[in-house]
Amino acid sequence: MYALPAAPPPAPRRQLVVGVSLACAAGATLMGGMLALFLRFRQATLAVPDSEWKPAASKVPEVATNIMLISFAVIFVMVQWSVYAARRGHKSYVALSLGLTALFSLAIINGQAFTYTQMRLPIRTGTYETMFYALTGTFLALMVIGMIFTLVVAFRHLGGRDGDREIVTAHAIFWYFMGAVYTALWFVIYVTK
Amino acid sequence: MTTIDPHVAGHGASAVASERTGDRRGVLTSVADWITSTDHKKIGRLFVGTSLLVLLAVAAIGALLGAERIDATSDFIDAGALPQLFSAYRVLLTFGVVVPLGLGLAISVVPLQLGARSLAFPRLAMAGFWGWLVGAILVIVSIAANGGPGGGNSNMVDLFLAAHVLVVAGLVAAAGALATTVLTTRAPGMNMRRVPLFSWSALVYAIGLLLALPVLAGTLILLYVDHRYARTTFGGNTGLSGWAGFAFTQPATVLYAVPVFGLLLETVATATRKRLPMRGIGLTGIGLVGTAFLAGVAQVEASLPRNILDMSFGTAVQDIIPYLLLNGLPLLGAVVTLLVFLRAAAGRPRVLSPMVFSFFGAGMVLVGLLGNAVYRVGDAQLAGTVFEEGAWIYVCYGTVLAAMGGVVYWGPKLWGRVITDVKALPLALLGVLATILASLPYYVAGFAKQPANATQFDYSGPQNLWNILATVGHGLMLLTVLAFIGLAVTSFRKGEFAGDDPWDGQTLEWATSSPAPFSNFAEVHTVASAEPLLDLKPSRTEGNA
Repeated sequence: MYALPAAPPPAPRRQLVVGVSLACAAGATLMGGMLALFLRFRQATLAVPDSEWKPAASKVPEVATNIMLISFAVIFVMVQWSVYAARRGHKSYVALSLGLTALFSLAIINGQAFTYTQMRLPIRTGTYETMFYALTGTFLALMVIGMIFTLVVAFRHLGGRDGDREIVTAHAIFWYFMGAVYTALWFVIYVTK
Repeated sequence: MTTIDPHVAGHGASAVASERTGDRRGVLTSVADWITSTDHKKIGRLFVGTSLLVLLAVAAIGALLGAERIDATSDFIDAGALPQLFSAYRVLLTFGVVVPLGLGLAISVVPLQLGARSLAFPRLAMAGFWGWLVGAILVIVSIAANGGPGGGNSNMVDLFLAAHVLVVAGLVAAAGALATTVLTTRAPGMNMRRVPLFSWSALVYAIGLLLALPVLAGTLILLYVDHRYARTTFGGNTGLSGWAGFAFTQPATVLYAVPVFGLLLETVATATRKRLPMRGIGLTGIGLVGTAFLAGVAQVEASLPRNILDMSFGTAVQDIIPYLLLNGLPLLGAVVTLLVFLRAAAGRPRVLSPMVFSFFGAGMVLVGLLGNAVYRVGDAQLAGTVFEEGAWIYVCYGTVLAAMGGVVYWGPKLWGRVITDVKALPLALLGVLATILASLPYYVAGFAKQPANATQFDYSGPQNLWNILATVGHGLMLLTVLAFIGLAVTSFRKGEFAGDDPWDGQTLEWATSSPAPFSNFAEVHTVASAEPLLDLKPSRTEGNA
């Protein structure tokens, strides 16, 4: 047994922030890989003259998809507000901002469901349809994870663990990542189609 | 001042006895403890133990497939089951053995090396283990029910894809916990340049897995949705291997061998009792091997086309750069690491069985990397032959071999008893012989144009001989693993008690008791070099300081 010099308690290493950042990096390659295959098939399809990638009969409800993008901008403000308020010990503002984050994330999920009903794409008919549902379905799964994360942070804060500011920061990082994911989806699937 | 608090948990002989007999606890309590434990050593042991058991099945499948190829006219395996067996062989050896084995070893050891009391997110790592295990069982069930790539049972093919996503998700969860541990729980004074070599390789490995495996998961999700609902895009059940196969073939599989090189440098430094010379170059070499993750992220197997020398410079460069990036960089990293090893080995190291295991393992991985570099050259005309299988087996079995060395090396910290060199060294020799026999014949058969994943072929040369040798190799590997498991169990039950520092080590794990208690260390230490224990042994720090 060796006697090494003891050190003072280590400074917090922001474990949750690092962990969530790594998870976001993994999520980025998940969605990036799927989008790359989507683009590859789109390019191959469009290279054939007179071919159709997105069924012409299916219209993208652009208002809903744009509102979803704008909702992410609102979520960015909310999560940053929660970080700001948590640093200053404003418990009620943290709760309010997290609540609004949950509300807007619910609105985005609702927007995606609305998009499904408006586009009326039968999943069994072709490449575009299966890839569309796989991509947006994975995005929805990540949204649900984000909502659960928001609720966990909110309950921890309301439950009195308001000194734990790191989780609020990690939560904000996750939503920035989700915003980036949706921006990529929005551009590739809903704008350039 | 001691670095360990004997009251944290039992330690030494009493802890060993306590763990084995479930002292004052019922069997159910012990089982529940193992299922829900947040002790990184238990989580790591679960990964390692389970993947060694899976390896038994995989080596048996490898021997079966080898035997089926001995006589091209024989058909003792049903022709319809062959694609299932070939896919089971690939999937299970890669994601049922090699990846979890490396992760398990790292999870059980890295926090100890870093001077940390626990793994970051231990519950996530445990959830990752169970996700991986349940997914792996479902993969086996689906393949057994005719549901692997090319399978005829549609529902089972769907199950195979979904279970495979679960396997990948479990491994990613464990890798995330591991990477966060290295980045955030190091002892004071341990900057990234002072991180132990194995922990560095674990970090490179974990980040590589975190970036590469989700790409596979995304592909599997697309394959699942397409196969279940439309079957218009990826070729249905027959297209699965083509689209998801990038994760089971080189150069992507080289990523799974990264910890081998960390272990190699770690053990040689211990064996020489000196600081590792050219440590920075060693760290760089390990990092270069880790660039193999690029192949997983990009989903490509960059090859040089035929007659590349006849092409214009501009055209040729477009193929040469990806080839060098994806195949050359990991190879360069492996060569650099081995050169650092040889430089260190010039200091007359002791012959320690873990070093022998890891040296043979790294050597096998290097031969696999070289084989892959040759395979990717179009003018070699090896595409579609068993040559690639040979290279893949070299990498996988080489990694397994090194991981066995890791278990021998850190066994004292995990269960408090030693596996003696006398018993372990013959297994290292048997293991390397098994690896060479299981893979080298496929190199030769590849040049003779024996097709991959096929049992019906006809080419000039002693085709029976190559396949007999490969079958014997898989059989020997099965024997090696069986003997190793027996050796480990014997050591666990009645092996000689280990001291706290049985190898005369240099890193922090040897500063705590054997086996290490639940919280590893009672106090946080300050380290002032990459070899904190060597600093306390001044008489041995003279060379290569």
